[in-house]
Amino acid sequence: MEQALDITLTVNGVEVSRRVAARTHLVDFLREELDLTGTHAGCEQGVCGACTVRVNGDIVRGCLMLAVQADGCRVDTVEGLSDSKELAALQQAFHEKNALQCGFCTPGMLMAAQDLIKQKRPFTREQIRAHLSGNYCRCTGYQAIVDAIEEVLDGQG
Amino acid sequence: MKPRSLDEALEVLERHGEGARVLAGGQSLIPSLNMRLSSPELLVDISSIGSLKGITLDQDVVRIGALVTHAELERSAEIARHVPLLAEAVRHVAHPAIRNRGTLGGSLALADPAAEYPACALALEATIFISGKRGERGVKAAHFFKGLFETDLKPGEIVTAVEVPAQLDGERSVFLELARRQGDYAIVGLAAFRGAETRFAFFNVGPKPVLAKNAALKKSLAEAKEALKADLLVTGDLYTDAATKQHLAGVLLERAWNKLSTSH
Ligand SMILES: Cc1cc2nc3c(=O)[nH]c(=O)nc-3n(C[C@H](O)[C@H](O)[C@H](O)COP(=O)(O)OP(=O)(O)OC[C@H]3O[C@@H](n4cnc5c(N)ncnc54)[C@H](O)[C@@H]3O)c2cc1C
Ligand code: FES
Ligand code: FES
Repeated sequence: MEQALDITLTVNGVEVSRRVAARTHLVDFLREELDLTGTHAGCEQGVCGACTVRVNGDIVRGCLMLAVQADGCRVDTVEGLSDSKELAALQQAFHEKNALQCGFCTPGMLMAAQDLIKQKRPFTREQIRAHLSGNYCRCTGYQAIVDAIEEVLDGQG
Repeated sequence: MKPRSLDEALEVLERHGEGARVLAGGQSLIPSLNMRLSSPELLVDISSIGSLKGITLDQDVVRIGALVTHAELERSAEIARHVPLLAEAVRHVAHPAIRNRGTLGGSLALADPAAEYPACALALEATIFISGKRGERGVKAAHFFKGLFETDLKPGEIVTAVEVPAQLDGERSVFLELARRQGDYAIVGLAAFRGAETRFAFFNVGPKPVLAKNAALKKSLAEAKEALKADLLVTGDLYTDAATKQHLAGVLLERAWNKLSTSH
């Protein structure tokens, strides 16, 4: 028997209310209940970073948070930040630098990278790598990803 | 289940006994649920309890609430100034998205042998405050960590805060860790402190962090390294054997020794 709870949260600027099973993960709630499938689920143990979303402005693991823990919170996903054009420069740079191949890791990478870019200050390649250390990419070897992020950071001057 | 006060949380824990588990940041508990390693009947989400939050400096003691996150420790000016050992250590704890939710109290309560904070608590002679239905008690780090994922916490108890002495002028501390990649759990690590007394707290060399008591008393590095063998009684794990760990512990001791001895 699993308990269900009513939650209300703001997802990509829109208020949503739902009844959810207490053990539903935030990433599954976003994907299955709200059809926001841009956020991926890979390892479900917090290791790969594919499920990265923003909660109240800070990036978190969607697989290590329960939907009920997001009650009353502001949640932003890759879809929301794409629509608002916040990710536009980064998406362009990822495209130009071939920073994605299969694309599985990309939403998480964009969310983690934007977390640096929105701070509007310079970062070294080492700092970029450290910030992305929790995001795995099996295809690109990271070089192109760091290049793309560096380009956007440089462009901010 | 999301209690608003400590009393309410303790009440619920008592009522549900073994079936209830405290949920703080969830960064260790949720993965274990995901892997079906544990399946408590009830999760008691303590994250709304205001009295478990915040960092305060009083006299020469820094009090850190159990719910203070890794990210808050990382950003805190008080921690950078008065507990530089923790400020250094937090950079080795997991990755940014995990640091935004994982808590100090959760890490101490979990007592993972590869975790950074338990060793810092030992090196700093921190006091861990615990509340239960029968009141509050303070336990020294040396008595709190009992073994592999095992602490002095009794069922129904909650870690509320940690107190550490502020680092004084002339005192030094160094945090060192060897890991495969940034943010991974340590292969071997060392939290070192030198004041009136020297303390070398090694972690991931066995089931719980250990103070290298004899090495700390030696006058020369060579003697200290020799003493380290008997101090640690290293055990290997799935990834690294005991001999390698013992060697790496010696390497860290040497680096820490040199850092503690050079004047700024
Ligand atoms: C990919 C990954 C990498 C990580 N790397 C590291 C690392 O390098 N170093 C490191 O130290 N940690 C690491 N962690 C773990 C992380 O630091 C956790 O945040 C921390 O161990 C637990 O804190 P929490 O608040 O998330 O606790 P939770 O997951 O909520 O709880 C953990 C346990 O502690 C109990 N508990 C929590 N708070 C209290 C309390 N106040 N009183 C009593 N019991 C309590 C819970 O019941 C549970 O048993 C990593 C985690 C992940 C997913
Ligand atoms: S699915 Fe969340 S980190 Fe891998
Ligand atoms: S592009 Fe395939 S995992 Fe990164």
